[in-house]
Amino acid sequence: MLEDVLEAPAIDLTATLAGAVLPNPVLTAAGCAMAGRELAEFVDVSRLGAVVTPSVTRDPRAGSPTPRITETPSGLLSAVGMPGPGIDALLAADLPWLDHLGARAVVSIAGRTIGEYAELAGRLHGAPAVSLLEINLSCPSAEDGRDFACDPDAAGLVVAEVRAAADPATPVFAKLSPNVTDIVPVAQACALAGADGLSMINTVAGVAVDPYTMRPALADIFGGLSGPAVRPVAVRCVWQVHAALPQLPILGMGGITCGLDALQFVLAGASAVSVGTALFHDPGTPLRVLDELRDLLVERGFERLADAVGQAHRPEEDV
Amino acid sequence: MMRPVQWVGELLSNRRVGAYQLVTVAAPGLAERMRPGQFVAVAVGGRLSSVLPRRCFSIYATRPQGLYAGTAQFVLDVTGAGTGWLADVAAGERLDLIGPLGSPFLLSDEPMRAVLVGEEHSSAALLPLADALHARDCSVDFVLMAPTADRVFGELEAKRTGAAVTITTEDSRAAAEQTLVEVLDGVLERGPADVLYASGSLDMLGEVAVAGSAHHVPCQVAVEVPMACGTGLCAGCVLPVVGDDGVTRMLRSCVDGPVFFANRVRWDELARIPADCLGAEAMGVG
Repeated sequence: MLEDVLEAPAIDLTATLAGAVLPNPVLTAAGCAMAGRELAEFVDVSRLGAVVTPSVTRDPRAGSPTPRITETPSGLLSAVGMPGPGIDALLAADLPWLDHLGARAVVSIAGRTIGEYAELAGRLHGAPAVSLLEINLSCPSAEDGRDFACDPDAAGLVVAEVRAAADPATPVFAKLSPNVTDIVPVAQACALAGADGLSMINTVAGVAVDPYTMRPALADIFGGLSGPAVRPVAVRCVWQVHAALPQLPILGMGGITCGLDALQFVLAGASAVSVGTALFHDPGTPLRVLDELRDLLVERGFERLADAVGQAHRPEEDV
Repeated sequence: MMRPVQWVGELLSNRRVGAYQLVTVAAPGLAERMRPGQFVAVAVGGRLSSVLPRRCFSIYATRPQGLYAGTAQFVLDVTGAGTGWLADVAAGERLDLIGPLGSPFLLSDEPMRAVLVGEEHSSAALLPLADALHARDCSVDFVLMAPTADRVFGELEAKRTGAAVTITTEDSRAAAEQTLVEVLDGVLERGPADVLYASGSLDMLGEVAVAGSAHHVPCQVAVEVPMACGTGLCAGCVLPVVGDDGVTRMLRSCVDGPVFFANRVRWDELARIPADCLGAEAMGVG
């Protein structure tokens, strides 16, 4: 044990996401780790940068009918429908439990109206263990059925209302969707509305047809693609947004399975990363990603994680 | 409940048994904890695999003692690329397993007459259950079913351990113009059962539930549904199930099951969110 400590490379892995300072940059991704209890059967969740909760809603949600998930090459197509008991259960049970373990929580919030988003942010004011709020903008608006994330104006309105309702000490990140013509204007609208940072990406919209039933493979027809299949799309989004808004911290996710994947996100501009679908394959993935990322950064001569963020953007003459 | 462990174990044998494949893995940390009805989640495709979801299998046998101490066995049906890969893994190679997962069958402390109903290779879950029931001085009868006779699993072992074994296939039922419910009616009329245990597809389990309910026999079912993770994270494997409070919730088969009381499952509403389910209103079906 002592040798392990002595041999552990000296590197500062502190991840700074606006006002949230996390001990390391590897988090879970919303909807892929529940609130940490199932994961805690396998790993010490207090060692994660933070546990990102499933998107919590004001009211209980049964979720979508089955089939909810179908497998695709290097990924999953899923339409789970954000099931959950609602904000009351999160406040009463999950957040106190995470706090008791010494774990940190990023609470993902989802609403059908701007008012619901703001209400959730207000309810989370002062809740234990909450390091950060992540706004899931990939929710259809009750008004016109369009995802908030697909319209810069709608996204900005949600961000502004959440930022106003949330605890001023809690950073608010907006989670962006790749299912837009240009992600940069949405990112800019969120930044202008007061987002302290951005998460990207949410799943990539897709459809799979079951060749046996000759019907859509998912009950909801449309699903979200996740897993390594989407990783270049995610890194592209991080790249574009970091180039446009270099001061805004980014929480990057999309198909991360190992330290090399995480490093790509960091170099493209992410200050921290979330591991999602890979958890379904191996619940030990995030801590392995963390160990691998540490070694990779040390090998490349970094003394601080923060120094590696966005390094892929440096001019070629500096290489 | 025993916590699950992740175990990379050596595959000891991989052999054809009838229409199925019987896999034996050395997994001492895992095998000793398994109880009948629980399952393992197995990674497929090797290190370079592009297949994320694990494949889940009921535990068929574990050997706590003897030459094969610390081994676990499961039975698979080759239905796709993942199970096909598993069927080809050679002895000496390693498999990445997570287990024990899920809730086991509940056993009574009293000696009783149990009828065990298994479909195709899902019968594998019932054979260790029969051993556990015998150890409690229960009498065990089997009903083994499959579309065709060659797809019945565990007939010899059931005959060795069971008092009576009824084999029913779609072919035989069609010839006799019988339904599965009618076959079970006959079994339960010949000898009243105190408890029914069943393992198989949702269609088949729904029929077992009907028979159990008609004969007022409590019935536990182990559901065979597709799972992406087996660990409760993905929420893909849900069923509408009535809780102790009378409220229907969409429960995960992997962590809240796979064993459920049959009279708690909303068999007629498996393909939708029941209108009175908790959280149905937010989905626009309340």
